[in-house]
Amino acid sequence: MRPVRFNINPKKTDIHDNVAIADMPPGLQGEGYFATSFEKIVGLARKNSIWPLPFATSCCGIEFMALMGSHYDLARFGSERLSFTPRQCDLLMVMGTIAKKMAPVLKQVYLQMAEPRWVLSMGACASSGGIFDTYSVLQGIDQIIPVDVYVPGCPPRPEAVIDGILLIQELVLNESLRRRNSEHYKALLASYGIQ
Amino acid sequence: MSLTNEIIKQRLHEKFGEQVSNFEEPYGMFTFEASKEMNLKVLQFLYDDKQLRFQFLTTLCAVHYPDNIGNELAIVYHLHNLIDNVRIRFKVFTDINQPDIYTATKLYEAANWLERETYDFFGVNFLGHPNLKRILNVDEMDYFPMRKEYPLEEMTREDKDDAMFGR
Repeated sequence: MRPVRFNINPKKTDIHDNVAIADMPPGLQGEGYFATSFEKIVGLARKNSIWPLPFATSCCGIEFMALMGSHYDLARFGSERLSFTPRQCDLLMVMGTIAKKMAPVLKQVYLQMAEPRWVLSMGACASSGGIFDTYSVLQGIDQIIPVDVYVPGCPPRPEAVIDGILLIQELVLNESLRRRNSEHYKALLASYGIQ
Repeated sequence: MSLTNEIIKQRLHEKFGEQVSNFEEPYGMFTFEASKEMNLKVLQFLYDDKQLRFQFLTTLCAVHYPDNIGNELAIVYHLHNLIDNVRIRFKVFTDINQPDIYTATKLYEAANWLERETYDFFGVNFLGHPNLKRILNVDEMDYFPMRKEYPLEEMTREDKDDAMFGR
């Protein structure tokens, strides 16, 4: 018997009636109308079209290429549109070792992003410095910018990153429209020296 | 006639006598030492001599020997004669408490970057260097990380329990 049996019984791909449609938020509906809160609609729209900004500095960036490729295909989750200017992006994906000398650059990129913005830290290095417990490496990007989701792994598999993106989507969906103006959020940014 | 290690040694001996010492040939690469005050004179001679012609500085670095009291820092020049394709290694030693040494930037342009790097990591003070400041590490760093008196790990970490890492 072959140890790997992926290709022995190939499944027939089902491309008909196989398109996922986002769940309708709770609300009132009747003949010809549907009423719900603005917040839920905005959350739904934002959730399914997150524009990621890849900040890839090392091997996690290679794994990210696989994530964007046809096999794992982040486009399935509405995030195929990478942008290489921070001003257009919603999600900063930090992938790879951030040297201390790179830290001000990363912070600058974060500052250039418009609110609302989210941060995903991919891999051990970005999250904690990883194996590079040394004088030149930043011991986790949360020392300089707030992070929403950490994806563990060295490097994480693309599935793990998809899982992280789905967690980000949950945050985006459920975020209050007023969160970014709240005292709590301002205090969080102030703790990073961002006003 | 090709340039052999014996010829180099002989030429150096004729010129500097007892001021050059510790001739070695690890893996066939000619290596010798001089006092740190002599470094520019020796380099200039190696550069100008019609026979030696070591006019290319391959690399320059420092080594920290903490047990070598009084001569803790070695500054190592790797020189290349591009015509005869011969490489040599030249070392000078200095006290870590006063790591002053003359810059080679007047002789080799390549030394500019390399001496800044050596200053950055070992704190060697190259006298006369046009722009001796940190090049690879962050400007705020207040120590010289490749000296063996500093721990390898990042010192700001608080979450690493020594017991869990066998320390």
